[in-house]
Amino acid sequence: MISLTSYAFVSMMLFSIGAIGVISRKNIFVIYMSIEMMLNGINLFLVTFARYHFNLDPQIITIMVISIAAAEAAIFLSVIILLYRSRKSLDTDIFTTLSQGEKS
Amino acid sequence: MSTSLLVWIILAPLLGALANTFLYFYHIKKHKVSEIYFALIGTITPLISFLITLNLFLQMLEEKIIFKQHIFTWLSVDKLNIEMSFLGDNLSIFMSMFVTFVGWLIHIYAIGYMKNDDGFGKFFAYFNLFLASMLILVLADNPIILFIGWEGVGVCSYLLIKFYYGNKENVLAANKAFIVNRIGDFGFLLGVVTLFFALGQIDLSFGTIEANIENVSKELLIISGFLLFVGAMGKSAQIPLYVWLPDAMAGPTPISALIHAATMVTAGVYMVARFHFLYSGIEEIGLFIAYIGAFSALFAAIIATKQTDIKKILAYSTMSQLGYMFIAVGLGFYSTGLFHVFTHAFFKAMLFMGAGGIIIALHHEQNIFKIAQHRANLPIIGMTFLIGVIAISGIPPFSGFFSKDAILAAAFQEGQYLIWAIALFTAFLTAFYMFRMYFIVFVAPNHHSSDYIYTSKTITLPLFILAIGAIGAGFLNLPSVLGGNHFIDTWLGNLNSKHIHLDHMTEYVLMAISVIVAMTGIMLAYSKYSNFDVFKPENETGFIGNKFYIDEIYDSLFVQPTKAISTFIDKIVDTKIIDAFIMYSSITFINIGKKVAMIQNANVRFYAAFMLVGMTCIFVYLYITLGL
Repeated sequence: MISLTSYAFVSMMLFSIGAIGVISRKNIFVIYMSIEMMLNGINLFLVTFARYHFNLDPQIITIMVISIAAAEAAIFLSVIILLYRSRKSLDTDIFTTLSQGEKS
Repeated sequence: MSTSLLVWIILAPLLGALANTFLYFYHIKKHKVSEIYFALIGTITPLISFLITLNLFLQMLEEKIIFKQHIFTWLSVDKLNIEMSFLGDNLSIFMSMFVTFVGWLIHIYAIGYMKNDDGFGKFFAYFNLFLASMLILVLADNPIILFIGWEGVGVCSYLLIKFYYGNKENVLAANKAFIVNRIGDFGFLLGVVTLFFALGQIDLSFGTIEANIENVSKELLIISGFLLFVGAMGKSAQIPLYVWLPDAMAGPTPISALIHAATMVTAGVYMVARFHFLYSGIEEIGLFIAYIGAFSALFAAIIATKQTDIKKILAYSTMSQLGYMFIAVGLGFYSTGLFHVFTHAFFKAMLFMGAGGIIIALHHEQNIFKIAQHRANLPIIGMTFLIGVIAISGIPPFSGFFSKDAILAAAFQEGQYLIWAIALFTAFLTAFYMFRMYFIVFVAPNHHSSDYIYTSKTITLPLFILAIGAIGAGFLNLPSVLGGNHFIDTWLGNLNSKHIHLDHMTEYVLMAISVIVAMTGIMLAYSKYSNFDVFKPENETGFIGNKFYIDEIYDSLFVQPTKAISTFIDKIVDTKIIDAFIMYSSITFINIGKKVAMIQNANVRFYAAFMLVGMTCIFVYLYITLGL
């Protein structure tokens, strides 16, 4: 029997890796994948607790998260395509038009 | 029924001013309007006022009633209760009688004087507005409403002095008049406020003030009486606030005749008479007023002997005559003072209008010697001018004699022999400088024949009427020693004026003295100026010619220090202290803002990290506070 703590630990690891990915990577695709990883970490957490408490509500939320993530993927990909078309690059650091600070 | 007519005395010229204003706007914006329409509106409204006043006067004569009309409550805050109401008692109806009458004549005169002027319509709009303000002042039932009129005439005077605002001198003269008057007005306002606080919980109408005046301590009465007189000093051009009056002659001559001779400048005298119940209780201030009047009269007369500008001579003579009026009201002879206001309105308006006729005929020449050099043959103006000069010099039976003699007798009877002597000497000077002007302008030989110049009927007709007034006005208040019935003294009986009750012998002697003095002045002027070579004019030099350097003294005492302080505040306090503080703080904020703006650097990953940190903090906080 794998303990609840292990599940929680894995999902937290997934979330943290995703978060660090979002912060540290430059490529928009990788950032997107990291966001998906964070979502999946949360999903795993929810499913675990659903099983543990014999309550189906978290499972329903998980299904909703997955379906919304699918819809989000479509928008995300189209936005990435548009960004690429305008700058011929997917490096996040060059999209600084909205910067308020001194231009680097 | 007829009480509702009272307010129409004021409303008629006010509506006339409004109508002329709109017509003038139409005239300059859309379509030219003939001068005749402006003139028609401008002259009919004073006539309406005069006829209403006459009607009320006759009614009062018959039924011995007082008109009072309450229009609306203007302000009602706790203790302060200001009613917009007008009072037509003997004094105010007497004042508005000659204000509207002389005003009407001068309006007619102005048609001829202002002919073909670009601002014809504007002039009549201002002129009617002035008359309305003056009538508000005269008919007011409480000091606050009086103050509205008081300020109104000041504004109109300002607007009309700089009527030709293209000339910088005129603008400066108007500013001077306005600023000097503001000093006086401030005093007046303070006086009213003092009175209000002294009296406490009452409405401020003259009737209630009079009824409650005994409850006020004498110190407060003296303070408020003095402050009110400061207002009169400014408005009526007395020492030390007289400096604006000679400069005010920059305005067109009808203005000088109506505002700066006949009506507005006498507002101070009227005000003192209006507050007679106040001033009769404080004889110290009354004596002070009398002395200010006496010295103003003397001072102005001395200056006038050396002036060369025809209008300035008349301006100084106005100031001098106002001094006489203040001698009378200061000593408590209110009706005598107002009698002089009355006769003075006639002959001085006439003198100004005559001078205006000469000035127009000679294309705006005001120097008396130059006028003499290019003398024009103006028989009607010459004749009326002579009448005016005789009247002001105090030769019987012209009106000036009776009113001036009454004032001299009043000073004598009160035992104020110094004032009496000053006034007598001033009478001598008055005769001298007025005839100096007359002899130079009309008599002194200039070795060439003068051409007859036609003068417009609208100029000569009012002169005729005023000449009749200047001759006859004195008979309205003939002293009993000459078989008169004191009509004006009786009419103004409710002012508690003192009356002259010298024995007949003294009165005859006084009259003889004043006539002899005046004749001496005329003789001196005759011997000196009737054969004067007008091609060698006198200059305004020397101590007297420079008006005792009073303007220069005031300039260095008040104007220059004010300028210096203003420059100091502008250059040092404003830029170096206040501006520096504000600029420094704003620069600081800009720098802080720049630092904060570095957070918004459009780096998405940085945003994400920031969010994460924030959320972590929130969760830690929740964990701690909720104690999970």
